[in-house]
Amino acid sequence: MENDKNNHEEEHHIVSYAANLKIWVVLLVLTWLTITVAYLDFGNLAVAVALLIATFKAGVVLTYYMHLKFDSKLLTILLLITVAVFSTFIILTFFDYAFR
Amino acid sequence: MDDNVTSNPQKNFFEETEGRKGIFKWILSTDHKRIGLLYFYSIISFFMVGVALGLLMRLELLEPGGQYIDANTYNSAFTLHGVIMIFLFIIPGIPAVFGNLILPIIIGAKDVAFPKVNLLSWYLYIIGAFFALSTLVFGDGPADTGWTFYAPYSVNTSTNVSMSVLAAFILGFSSILTGLNFLVTMHRMRAPGMTWMRMPLFAWGLYATAWIQLLATPIVGITLLMIVAERFLGVGLFDPSLGGDPILYQHMFWIYSHPAVYVMILPAMGVISEIIPTFSQRKIFGYKAIAYSSLFIAFVGYTVWGHHMFTSGMSGPARIIFSILTFIVAIPSAIKVFNWLATMYGGSIDLKPPMLFALGFIFLFLIGGLTGLVVGALATDVHLHDTYFVVGHFHYVMFGGTGFAFLAALYYWYPKIYGKMYNVKQATIAFWVMFVGFNILYFPMLVVGIMGMPRRYYDYLPQFHVPNIISTVGSWILVTGLIMVIINFIKAKKISAKEAKNPWGGLTLEWTVQSPPTLFNFDEIPTVTSGPYEYQDKEER
Repeated sequence: MENDKNNHEEEHHIVSYAANLKIWVVLLVLTWLTITVAYLDFGNLAVAVALLIATFKAGVVLTYYMHLKFDSKLLTILLLITVAVFSTFIILTFFDYAFR
Repeated sequence: MDDNVTSNPQKNFFEETEGRKGIFKWILSTDHKRIGLLYFYSIISFFMVGVALGLLMRLELLEPGGQYIDANTYNSAFTLHGVIMIFLFIIPGIPAVFGNLILPIIIGAKDVAFPKVNLLSWYLYIIGAFFALSTLVFGDGPADTGWTFYAPYSVNTSTNVSMSVLAAFILGFSSILTGLNFLVTMHRMRAPGMTWMRMPLFAWGLYATAWIQLLATPIVGITLLMIVAERFLGVGLFDPSLGGDPILYQHMFWIYSHPAVYVMILPAMGVISEIIPTFSQRKIFGYKAIAYSSLFIAFVGYTVWGHHMFTSGMSGPARIIFSILTFIVAIPSAIKVFNWLATMYGGSIDLKPPMLFALGFIFLFLIGGLTGLVVGALATDVHLHDTYFVVGHFHYVMFGGTGFAFLAALYYWYPKIYGKMYNVKQATIAFWVMFVGFNILYFPMLVVGIMGMPRRYYDYLPQFHVPNIISTVGSWILVTGLIMVIINFIKAKKISAKEAKNPWGGLTLEWTVQSPPTLFNFDEIPTVTSGPYEYQDKEER
């Protein structure tokens, strides 16, 4: 039964080359977007915009390349808790830096 | 089963040496109770050093001007007092000692989830402590920055900041590992039938604490590494002359160190939530509210760090937001206090030493909490920041709160751990001596702070003389009480007690096993069928 379970998980870990390639293209587009928006003046929001894109990219990498989508939901929850805590720190710190 | 244990006690964990001899049966043992005692003896030793430094400072402040130590020595003394008391006593205090000793038993487990990691965290604690104390003899003397290591001074001073920072870094890892261990233990190893809503409130306190240890401690690790990078590589993160921002350091330091305040107080609140129902023989009032308020404190506690920085030059909107958030933390704390009082209402209250210390906790924590609102309010804090009012406030919370809860826990679980009983009358006298000494020591600090005396100065103006004399006399009374406590416990180890299995009539699982417990606590893991504080049912039975 233990073996069955492992085999079952193994099956899910196989992602086709085509799918991986699509995700790579998405990441490239997002990198292009990061560079493009760097030339636009968003004022105080510049950091927020850059962080948003970067977070989305990291999310894509985690979900597909690092197989979070195919793993236990608990791992996703743990990751989201960490992201939430970290975001809280960043947002509250920026209440200082943005209004100085 | 109870009768069997009484008539035919099995080898307790002191007697079960697992084939090891001498000191090795302690320093190689992975038994949670032995590790808890290792922590206990080491923490108490460091606490004594901290107390000695505190006494030295109070002695210096007896008169204006320099008497016994010079200004630089005074600076190092308060830094080391802070580092020892915060990192070596209060933060590990209740979780590492009573969490280790009691948590597995109270949730019906044989040990913690990772016994070897548990022992590793004690070793890390000792290595960290060694580095912290070695600053006394190595390099250019102990750090003189205060326990907060504020940049840019901590980057520039010639004293041994790097070693102290390294010590705090290592101690942080010890704390993270303990937190992780307890989290997994509570998730995975509760006895059958012990649902989350049947888990004793001490465990709930430790649960909320463990999340903070796990999620906030890494940040202080990073921050301290940044100080080291700044000192050795001149990176320019915090030093304005290199384009850095000193306030960034304060942000990063307090992002950890404020939640750390809840690492100090939440387990203490858990202890009080155990003691109050036992000594009132009443079901706890508002079990769920107390359990959830621990989580709520842990959560909101992450968002209030800026209240340490109201006068640092932080932006106006940030100060207002942090002040508002700070007031929100008062709500769950007050929920707990009201629930404890409601539990006692109509109960048959027994003023034994653990209960006295628990009531002392409520009284002193109340003063600490309310003075906290005074410095949490933006307008008043601007005047009181860096005065003795702050020193008085946090000693009321930390020593009057966590320190008294530590002693309450010790008096409560001492018979369980050692199978012995202390002298109750002497313990009661010691409580009153400590309680009176405590208020004489710290209350004048609140007054002298409002009068304008700044903290961390080794000298003061003549108008502050009288309150300082009172305060120093208070420190002698308080220490007398502490010595009485220690003598009582040392004498108690020689007196065996038949009633030690359950002297207080407690209903949680630790009172169902023999005293001292066996190596694996339970012959058979119990099945839990009701909540932990069903005293009414007990009467009906």
